Amino acid sequence: MAEADAKQPLSFQDMILTLHAYWSARGCAILQPYDMRVGAGTFHPATTLRSLGPEPWNVAYVQPSRRPTDGRYGENPNRLQHYYQYQVILKPSPADLQEQYLGSLAAIGIDPLLHDIRFVEDDWESPTLGAWGLGWEVWCDGMEVTQFTYFQQMGGFDCKPVAGELTYGLERLAMYIQNVDNVYDLRFSDAVGDVAAVSYGDVFLENERQFSKWNFEVADTDSLFAGFKAAEAECQRAIEAGVPLAAYDQAIEASHLFNLLQARGVISVQERANYMARVRDLAKGSCKAWIDSQSERWTQNYPGWVL
Amino acid sequence: MTDFLLELRSEEIPARMQAGARIELEKLFRAQLSAAGIEAGDLTIWSTPRRLALIARDLPEATAAVSEELKGPRSSAPPQALEGFLRKTGLTQDQLEDRDGVWFAVIDKPGRATKDVLAEAIPAIVRGFSWPKSMRWGRESASSESLRWVRPLSGIVAIFGEELVPCEIGGIASGFATRGHRFHCPGEITIGSASDYAEKLRACHVIVDHAERQAIIRDGAAKAAADAGLTLVDDEGLVVENAGLTEWPVPLLGLFDDAFLEVPPEVIQLTARVNQKYFVVNGADGKLANGFVCTANIDAKDGGAEIVAGNRKVLAARLSDARFFWEQDQKKTLAQHAEKLANITFHEKLGTVADKVERVAKLARWLVEEGIVTSCSPAKAGAHGDRATGPRLSPGNKELADQAELAARLAKADLVTEMVGEFPELQGLMGGYYARAEGLPDAVADAIRDHYKPVGQGDDVPTAPVTVAVALADKLDTLAAFFIVNEKPTGSKDPYAIRRAGLGIIQLLNKSNIRFKLTRAFGVFVVERMKGIARQYPGFGPDFDKLLTELESLPYDEALEYVEKVRPNRDILFEERGRACFPEILDFLADRLKVQQREAGVRHDLIDAVFALGGEDDLVRLLARVKALQAFMATEDGANLLAGYKRAANILKQAGQGSSPAEAGAQSGEAEPSVDGSTGPRLSPGNMTEHDAALLAALDAAEPAAAAAVADERFTDAMAALASLRAPIDAFFEGVMVNDPDEAVRAYRLGLLARFTGAVHGVADFSKIEG
Repeated sequence: MAEADAKQPLSFQDMILTLHAYWSARGCAILQPYDMRVGAGTFHPATTLRSLGPEPWNVAYVQPSRRPTDGRYGENPNRLQHYYQYQVILKPSPADLQEQYLGSLAAIGIDPLLHDIRFVEDDWESPTLGAWGLGWEVWCDGMEVTQFTYFQQMGGFDCKPVAGELTYGLERLAMYIQNVDNVYDLRFSDAVGDVAAVSYGDVFLENERQFSKWNFEVADTDSLFAGFKAAEAECQRAIEAGVPLAAYDQAIEASHLFNLLQARGVISVQERANYMARVRDLAKGSCKAWIDSQSERWTQNYPGWVL
Repeated sequence: MTDFLLELRSEEIPARMQAGARIELEKLFRAQLSAAGIEAGDLTIWSTPRRLALIARDLPEATAAVSEELKGPRSSAPPQALEGFLRKTGLTQDQLEDRDGVWFAVIDKPGRATKDVLAEAIPAIVRGFSWPKSMRWGRESASSESLRWVRPLSGIVAIFGEELVPCEIGGIASGFATRGHRFHCPGEITIGSASDYAEKLRACHVIVDHAERQAIIRDGAAKAAADAGLTLVDDEGLVVENAGLTEWPVPLLGLFDDAFLEVPPEVIQLTARVNQKYFVVNGADGKLANGFVCTANIDAKDGGAEIVAGNRKVLAARLSDARFFWEQDQKKTLAQHAEKLANITFHEKLGTVADKVERVAKLARWLVEEGIVTSCSPAKAGAHGDRATGPRLSPGNKELADQAELAARLAKADLVTEMVGEFPELQGLMGGYYARAEGLPDAVADAIRDHYKPVGQGDDVPTAPVTVAVALADKLDTLAAFFIVNEKPTGSKDPYAIRRAGLGIIQLLNKSNIRFKLTRAFGVFVVERMKGIARQYPGFGPDFDKLLTELESLPYDEALEYVEKVRPNRDILFEERGRACFPEILDFLADRLKVQQREAGVRHDLIDAVFALGGEDDLVRLLARVKALQAFMATEDGANLLAGYKRAANILKQAGQGSSPAEAGAQSGEAEPSVDGSTGPRLSPGNMTEHDAALLAALDAAEPAAAAAVADERFTDAMAALASLRAPIDAFFEGVMVNDPDEAVRAYRLGLLARFTGAVHGVADFSKIEG
């Protein structure tokens, strides 16, 4: 792994490894990505479900995120339908969360006396998760590099205690650090010996082309609609069966299918709100079921804690 | 006398909340001290993104001793009442005073050290603070009762003189220590007193006075631009916002690729401002140039080169998005964009935006075809809007009608463009650009651009005929549409900006002196609305299709009658009102007119006086009449005539005769003929005094003169005709007794008075006039 202060800026993968080492050293469990298609790192159950309840929870992970409508067939230097978020959850939020975060920027090579780091108001809300929080988007020389949020509610329930969430946009940050204007020009890994360096484009350009086409033009809308209904029904069944983690998987599934339907342009403005409400109901129902399944243990281990 | 310093340090406070927070801090501090008997004098309140600071100068060391007196129950009251009073005051019965059978408690409160007052006040201020949005954080937030603040509260400095004011809130204890600039001086610094606070912070790269930071940004940004031969486009909102985002502001100039200047300047400015909080600059030619000024929060080691480079890159990405939208949007014509409006709901009860566009297009065309909006200059536009004959269009007006209809059909098309999707505030403006780019006539492009105008008092009021036709039609449609489904604004709630639409109508009509009966336009709305519904449900039944054919073939006035006739049979219109709500709309507009004219110094009671006559739905004429009335009321004749009128009205009222136009109307059959010399009782010459005769003669002359003047809209002449009644009515009251014992004489004189008030009512309802 390259050092941050070496002459050459960190490769994409070294930036991730540096962040892993940094947060690991601060007590975070380094988790792996959730194995489902999600729109953001927040959808990982390690954030959504674990931000509920009184138990301390400190984790960091990379989450591949899919936003079908952001696809540009590989032709836009800044927009991707699949990209990576680096997600840190610290519950309860530590008093020095901002300082810890700024330390992580320094670790990946951003000097705050050379670059203008700013905390600009940006209140976060996820209508499909029934979640909101207050915080900032963090600017580096005018570019948003991180979403910094103190969760206040998740699935419609108060977060007690509040978790701090950091969501780094890895591609943006890497483009910044490596000073490249096109995401596909990012150095993904460095050359080692006679093994050549790999670019982000080498890894993902073809994916962007094919998935943009599928998302916008090919995906069969009938089966997407059917899939949405099926996920909705299965989520309810799982809630009734008392397996909220499985129910939540179906909420994630429904959410992604809804995003695909939007990319296919088959959801009208009026229907949109209705579908979002349905996804929210699934997410809220799963959160509620999760709380129900855990609250006995929570109240036992944390006397005085109430929902 | 001692100075007090309070600093509440937190994580970054949103820039937009800082001004309000300063006001809140001052309010709560004064309230706390005042409750303890200390009047705080001048306060200095400062804010940065990371702190709120307050300095109170010359506070006393201690509060004055006070003696408080509490009134208790009567000494004869049951013992429970006395017990309660003793509990409340904490006294025993022998400490109370009995004054005339009532118990009084006199409680002497010794003075308290101000420091102690402050130690209690600070937690109360923090807990009582009202933020637009607040949050919980940290370990404490496991409990619902945990402290709330705008962002996590991290430190409190509270120093009275040079002594610490000890207090603790939510686990945060007060102290002498604060922190300087986040990056330049991250360590703790120790404050000694209020007097060294600002300078110690300055030494640590924090300018705590927000006004000073604003000045640095204002002047520094202008200088950065000027040094490069450019001129800063002033933007005080950005000055304040950037001052709220920085503790050590450093304005820096950057340049962007001038190829982006092909994008409309408003788009560049908005992108720079809204997304990046940058100022923009003009070149020597006064046009937008390829520069921007960003405000950094550090003295960068390299003088800011890296910061400028980074910001330039971000702006370039934003501008390429904007250019992408600009190019993408132009791949379709506005007419093609407009097709998508059928997917956008205007209001759940009112269909889609496409439905609205169809109605507005018809109404805009109608306004021109009826000669209501014409191409001649406003001053020459006459009162020919109400002619009964059908449209007589000159070739010029045919073109105007075509352009108005076209502009109306395209006016909302930009709502579905990418650019307006990104920047909703560019609605209209982008449509204008796109219209021009596709080669539409300037008059059409201007109308699309300006048809939302005026948006409130003080905004430019369009006068170009095509624009006026579209702007007026759009607003008339909005107004009628929401009234017809009974979604009127109530109290402070006006979610559809209907009041603004009403005001806009008034401004447009006045500015171009447009004369017509508004109710006719509402009639067009009702008919077009019905056509829209009939089109929307083609399979609803054969009679629905017939209805549409019928409506298409009839002129609007007849079509309206037809709609009103079939309305009750239409379930689908069950909740909708028709013509019945027109008077409500006119009342609503009269209210808007009152509000709007108040600023111009027009008396609202005079508007009422003219409006109360009823039947007036020509706002321009109404206003001309009101203004003539106001001028008349300012004269001695006017004031005296009003006095005479009130006296007459009183006498009539006591005699059981109404005097308002509505009431009088019911009686006119009896009252008026009796004195017109042809029918009814006549006075014998013996009973007829010179005053009766003079008033009768004056009325005979004034009535037709006033009526003719009103008919010709010579309102000043109408007032002069009324003025001629002043001397005779004064002399009449002076010289005769109305309630003469002779019933016939009394009836005659009451009749005369009724005729007098009637004549006055021909001009205005004087009963509405105050004074």
